Amino acid sequence: MADLRSNTGGIRSPNPFWLASAPPTNSGDQIMRAFDAGWGGAVWKTLGQPIQNVSSRFGALNFRGTRAVGFNNIELITDRPLDVNFREIAEVKRRYPDNAVIVSLMVETEEEWREIIKRSIDAGADGLELNFGCPHGMCERGMGSAVGQEPKINERITSWAVGYSTVPVLVKLTPNVSDILPHGRAAQRGGAHGVSLINTIKSIIGVDIDRFVPVPRVGDLSTNGGYCGAAVKPIALHMVAQLARDREFQLPISGIGGISNWRDAVEFILLGSSSVQVCTEVMLRGYRIVEDMIEGLNTYMDQKGIANLDQMVGRAIPRYSEWGNLDLNYDTVAKIDSSTCIGCQLCMVACMDGAHQCIHPNPDGSRVPTVDESECVGCNLCQIVCPVPGCITLEEVQDRLPPASWNQHVEHGAKLRPKKGVH
Amino acid sequence: MPHLPEQRSETVFEDFKPPFDDQQAAIEANRCLYCHDAPCQHACPTHIDIAGFIRKIATGNVRGAARTILDSNILGMSCARVCPVEVLCAGECVHNVQDVPPIAIGKLQRYATDQALAGGWQFHEAGAPSGKKVALVGGGPASLACAHRLRRYGHAVTIFESRERLGGLNTNGVAPYKLRADAALAEVDYVLAIGGIEVRTGVSVGKDVSWAELERDYAAIFIGVGLGADSVMKIPGAQHAGIHGAVAFIESFKTGSVDLSRVQHAVVVGGGNTAVDCVRELIGLGVPSVQMVYRGEEAGMSGYAHEWDEAKIEGAQPVWRAVPVAFEGTNQVTAVRCAALDANKKPTGTEFTLPAELVLLAIGQARLGDLVGALPGIQLDNGRVVVDEHGATGRPGYFAGGDCANGGKEVVNAVAEGTAAAHAIHQKIEGVTHG
Ligand SMILES: Cc1cc2nc3c(=O)[nH]c(=O)nc-3n(C[C@H](O)[C@H](O)[C@H](O)COP(=O)(O)OP(=O)(O)OC[C@H]3O[C@@H](n4cnc5c(N)ncnc54)[C@H](O)[C@@H]3O)c2cc1C
Ligand SMILES: Cc1cc2nc3c(=O)[nH]c(=O)nc-3n(C[C@H](O)[C@H](O)[C@H](O)COP(=O)(O)O)c2cc1C
Ligand code: SF4
Ligand code: SF4
Repeated sequence: MADLRSNTGGIRSPNPFWLASAPPTNSGDQIMRAFDAGWGGAVWKTLGQPIQNVSSRFGALNFRGTRAVGFNNIELITDRPLDVNFREIAEVKRRYPDNAVIVSLMVETEEEWREIIKRSIDAGADGLELNFGCPHGMCERGMGSAVGQEPKINERITSWAVGYSTVPVLVKLTPNVSDILPHGRAAQRGGAHGVSLINTIKSIIGVDIDRFVPVPRVGDLSTNGGYCGAAVKPIALHMVAQLARDREFQLPISGIGGISNWRDAVEFILLGSSSVQVCTEVMLRGYRIVEDMIEGLNTYMDQKGIANLDQMVGRAIPRYSEWGNLDLNYDTVAKIDSSTCIGCQLCMVACMDGAHQCIHPNPDGSRVPTVDESECVGCNLCQIVCPVPGCITLEEVQDRLPPASWNQHVEHGAKLRPKKGVH
Repeated sequence: MPHLPEQRSETVFEDFKPPFDDQQAAIEANRCLYCHDAPCQHACPTHIDIAGFIRKIATGNVRGAARTILDSNILGMSCARVCPVEVLCAGECVHNVQDVPPIAIGKLQRYATDQALAGGWQFHEAGAPSGKKVALVGGGPASLACAHRLRRYGHAVTIFESRERLGGLNTNGVAPYKLRADAALAEVDYVLAIGGIEVRTGVSVGKDVSWAELERDYAAIFIGVGLGADSVMKIPGAQHAGIHGAVAFIESFKTGSVDLSRVQHAVVVGGGNTAVDCVRELIGLGVPSVQMVYRGEEAGMSGYAHEWDEAKIEGAQPVWRAVPVAFEGTNQVTAVRCAALDANKKPTGTEFTLPAELVLLAIGQARLGDLVGALPGIQLDNGRVVVDEHGATGRPGYFAGGDCANGGKEVVNAVAEGTAAAHAIHQKIEGVTHG
């Protein structure tokens, strides 16, 4: 059994799985049920001046029959009275001392920050998360992503919070920026103990094509919302990794964005997350998913001989490099395993129309296509469309030139192989 | 056309393959891989763009799906229900290769075409009038498909049908748990809605109208007369009441009522698809004991295994390696005396009797070739009208398709052949030579 205990900037939890600040963490009753299910921590639904929400708040992106591969919302922070929230936080901490309760906060003035931080810590918070990320509604009022998009304001508010807090402070970053680095560094300068990212991405999830109104529709109007769920994982992974490999940025990371299972969690950890947070998949499938997440992570770590999370966090970061360092002489070609090929020929049409026209009908008349290896550029498209796992593999070409990256080529004329697929 | 009676014995049957609702169709459609050069399409005699229409169902473009189907196969609604997809399109679905259930192509096709018929969605218009007239003999699937396609080309067409109703075996023969007569006739109306198809029912060509008259009045003639009467057994007792040809009996309960309340035991003779249909139909109509007497063994049956498996589940009792030698009874049949056969289908010398108040003979149908065999140029092969790959016979201006030319296949083959013949007729009467 691997040791799953996690520590994110001083916030400890029995495992790295936290609920992100969102509807699954609205109330004490919910969070206690989540802890019973196995969640290691929970970031309380953002507290601040309770707001009024609209009716009709969520929208989903369905794709090829799969529902909600992407999700968006236009809800705001908590709509429940603050004293009720604080009473419940105290209750949860009393009953679940070992689980991490992080309180997410979003207010405006320094005085409000001081006040709400004190009340959170009095209630027993193990840590705070400053919500500088909400991309809808709150930002129109000068909060949320309006803060997260301005490194100076981010740094100033972070420093207030850190000054008033006796528990670790995480800054939750918005992905609605062109480069995440200045924002992570600003949080670091402000004295934060860690960052969490990503919050949701500004989005319009769809349009009601019968009524000519975007969704979700509130009466006759709609507004842009925050995008999340499985579809945002690649964006989140990139931002997490950008910070994790930055020399200047040194803070621990709580990874968020499209995490739906243990495999996603492993990826976030390998790219530098000390803990991971989940919102959408819990909204869609319930707290019970954590059982598989814990077991899957455990099994993975055991199989890889990884004893604890420290041995795993950021392990793929050294392999995340610049394009200019990639070996241009590395060469793979597609191989189709005729014993498992079912003859759908999706690879052939994909290569013909979407790649390099090097998969052809079999001259022997069978439905198993053939790859013209002299033209195959090893782009992976055929493997991606193949419905049979393992049927198409990309195999390394032997007898290659010595490795040569673009940078090496430019710097000292390293020899590049002849181009393929440029017929 | 006379209306079908409301009271028909066939109405006791539920759909054997119930239709998909929206959700079921969407889930199934999304399972389709949208194969390139899809093998399912090759396996469909009418070469429907199956991957294409299924993708349209998946995207919610049901109207487009229906158009795609009906463009290739104007009888797509009935084919969706009656095609033995297990040995046609779905049998070639690539999912079979990985031992995953094939796409339910027939049910998806039905999902789209049912809506087209219910909504009266018409996708085809008659072509500009060509001034040419074509006669179609027989009003079954082959002629209907041919007539519709000829109208798209702009030719005037007349269907001559000896029965009172169009549809051929779709109306009169196909098992009602697949397609009931009323649905078949609704499809006939859908096909006729292209307009300009003259229908002359109750007219038997060769009897009421001569071939010479047709030759005089029409630029081309399509023969789609199907197969003839059920074969009979010339053995003692064959004249008793209660002994029927299978197809004639099926027609009687599909288009009218039969009273089987006094039938406790029925015997079906044969081992082909018609025999298997009869067994399932008699069970469905409430006959307590239905035995099927076949001269071979289970493995040698010409009936489809998937259909026979269902029949067994429903309670069919097979009697293998036996042949009737006499029907017992005085006026009404009471039993069938059978001779047991050995592996070479030779009598073993043992005989036994099976009680039966009803006997259906499903041992084949006559070929109607004689109807045209006397016309110089037309060749017959074992009663089949011989045609080239375009449906042309040896007599100029005469084309043929469907059961009368292929010897008895499926509805979808009749549609494919009727459609192909329309194309050939069009080229012929417009003076285009085959490329
Ligand atoms: C019992 C049974 C069950 C079947 N089940 C299925 C099934 O489940 N699925 C499937 O795909 N196929 C099935 N078939 C086969 C299918 O019905 C035929 O292949 C198809 O109907 C052939 O179409 P057709 O137009 O060639 O002939 P038919 O459907 O036989 O139509 C021929 C028409 O010509 C008319 N006619 C005949 N002689 C003349 C004349 N001299 N003048 C004018 N009109 C004339 C007849 O009255 C008839 O209406 C079944 C067949 C039978 C017998
Ligand atoms: C309905 C909804 C409400 C949310 N509310 C908050 C919030 O109050 N505070 C916050 O910091 N993030 C909020 N988020 C963002 C999530 O915490 C999380 O950062 C984001 O959804 C990405 O993770 P996911 O892909 O696992 O959902 C909300 C998300 C959703 C879907
Ligand atoms: S017409 Fe019949 S064989 Fe062709 S696709 Fe439809 S169901 Fe399959
Ligand atoms: S073979 Fe099967 S999966 Fe492929 S297009 Fe046809 S129905 Fe779809």
